[in-house]
Amino acid sequence: MRFILRRLGFYLIAFWASITLNFLLPRFMPGDPVSRMFARSQDRMQPEQIEALRKLLGVDDRPLWEQYIGYLHNIFTGQMGVSISRFPTPVTEVIASQIGWTLLLGGTALVIAAVAGNLLGILAAWRRGGAIDSALPPLLVFIGSFPYFWLAMGALYLFGVVLGWFPIRHAFTAGLEPAFTWEFIGDVGAHLVLPALTIVLVSIGGWMLSMRNTMIATNSEDYITMAEAKGLRPGRIMLRYAARNAMLPSVTSFGMGLGFVVGGALLTEVVFAYPGVGYQLLNAVQGLDYPLMQGLFLTITAAVLLANFLVDILYVRLDPRVRSN
Amino acid sequence: MTTAILKQPTQPIAARKPNRSFVHGLITNKKALVGMIVMLVFIALALLAPVLFPGDPSRITAMASLEPSPEHWLGTTAKGQDVLALTVHGSRSSLFVGLTVGFASTFIGILVGLASAYFGKFIDEALSLVTNVFLLLPGLPLLVILAAFLPPGLGTVILVLVVTGWAGSARVLRSQALSIRSKDFVAAAVVSGERAGRIMFREILPNMASIVMGTLLACVIYGIGAQAGLEFLGLGDVSTVSWGNNLFWAGNEGALLTGSWWVFVPSGVCIALVAFALALINYAVDEVTNPRLRKIKTPKTIERSAAK
Repeated sequence: MRFILRRLGFYLIAFWASITLNFLLPRFMPGDPVSRMFARSQDRMQPEQIEALRKLLGVDDRPLWEQYIGYLHNIFTGQMGVSISRFPTPVTEVIASQIGWTLLLGGTALVIAAVAGNLLGILAAWRRGGAIDSALPPLLVFIGSFPYFWLAMGALYLFGVVLGWFPIRHAFTAGLEPAFTWEFIGDVGAHLVLPALTIVLVSIGGWMLSMRNTMIATNSEDYITMAEAKGLRPGRIMLRYAARNAMLPSVTSFGMGLGFVVGGALLTEVVFAYPGVGYQLLNAVQGLDYPLMQGLFLTITAAVLLANFLVDILYVRLDPRVRSN
Repeated sequence: MTTAILKQPTQPIAARKPNRSFVHGLITNKKALVGMIVMLVFIALALLAPVLFPGDPSRITAMASLEPSPEHWLGTTAKGQDVLALTVHGSRSSLFVGLTVGFASTFIGILVGLASAYFGKFIDEALSLVTNVFLLLPGLPLLVILAAFLPPGLGTVILVLVVTGWAGSARVLRSQALSIRSKDFVAAAVVSGERAGRIMFREILPNMASIVMGTLLACVIYGIGAQAGLEFLGLGDVSTVSWGNNLFWAGNEGALLTGSWWVFVPSGVCIALVAFALALINYAVDEVTNPRLRKIKTPKTIERSAAK
């Protein structure tokens, strides 16, 4: 329990840090992004909305600490201002309409990559020097060297444009009504294949290699020799004795890996015009939509922190050593 | 880390000159050799770019969207620029930013890691907290939001990449420094009254040279990849020629949809080759310093009992 509370405290501090960063950035940056933004959108905005935005981005004359308290109040009551590029929709609404797609894309890719990567790592370490161990790691490291978005561009070009197997943009065919019908789900699935595939391809190598290296260390433990001496089946030793104990570092990197997947998903979404938060972030950047940018950043951060916290709880379940101290 | 322990002057085995065996191990390692050759080729290309392709690479020299041909080996962009010239010139900015970011973030990582491990207690707690917060904040969104608020330019790109990139190296270096900090020779140095700076940089640091090198390589890989990502989103300095910007323009000009694969393939392959070469060197460093990862050609069962 103490462990969990410590971690919770840490995540709260991390979240506070990102909020404060968000608060300070527009106020202390050289140049004036705020007036650039106002110049662009003044004619469409109501005076009171301009006033609210000024407060959000720190173009008012109150002392800094007063602004800070007001800012914190706004964040925790969910007032993140109005989006400029999608005026006059509130930022929270824009984010809410898109975060589901990113969760779908990132989640699918993360789970597939983690499961497949760990399995390959287990096999590679078990058959040291075998086909999987000698051929796959260099290949996967090489694929992993490509930038996420470049592989996405390649996949889009090859499978989308040249071969035409999969749709090349958006999350579902335009004009199709979102509903829980087989037609719609199948359509969403088809749109998911290419973006998810590229993320899996890039991230699977890291999973596999770290699992392989931990497994190699575990394989030389005494209890493995003991298990062999007892005459247990090799498959059982591999999965229940070696892999199970080598899994722990992978669980930790699952939380860490999430940050990378979010980043990868952002770029992949941009390439495929997939309507998630990453694509929206790019639109916000291009439209100088600072409130939306900040809101997206906070949402993504909160999601990553939350996921890490869940992983910690899982870790306590898996590793009794954490519980005892 | 056997080399690190052997290197101690306090131990008589130091005569084995582990440093030379480390370099020797790297040169005879096939992965390291391939990696170093690829890197040398790219560094040579970057240095020779103005000689090979004199003049501004982004000027328009030919018809738009030409396929690769003897005149334009990699074809032309939708604007009519020579893709080969853009790619070769692009290596300058990409390698420069990658190396600068790599060295700067490793340097910060060394400072933070050593200070954490040496001073311990409150300083360690505070520095570890900051490190972990930076590790946890999702990198790319942080990059984007920093880059969006700062005035665009090369300096911004480097600054932003260092801000988001140092934490990983700090964490690795701290844990390594911690294990060396608990060794007897450090205690001896403390007792004999050596200054903190001397102990950190002359006693502890030399003993983690291989980890520092691995971290540096990882940071350079990060720098090159993250710069490309940032520029691809249009958040870099769009007026410079770099691999990331080449890809940004390729995406912007619809090279994918018009089927001009030659516009976006070269820059991406270059990034991947450089990152792969650096990763190879990194694995080689690992293999040379960690005997468990070395290739052993004995059957599995014998190997396992031999490993103990």
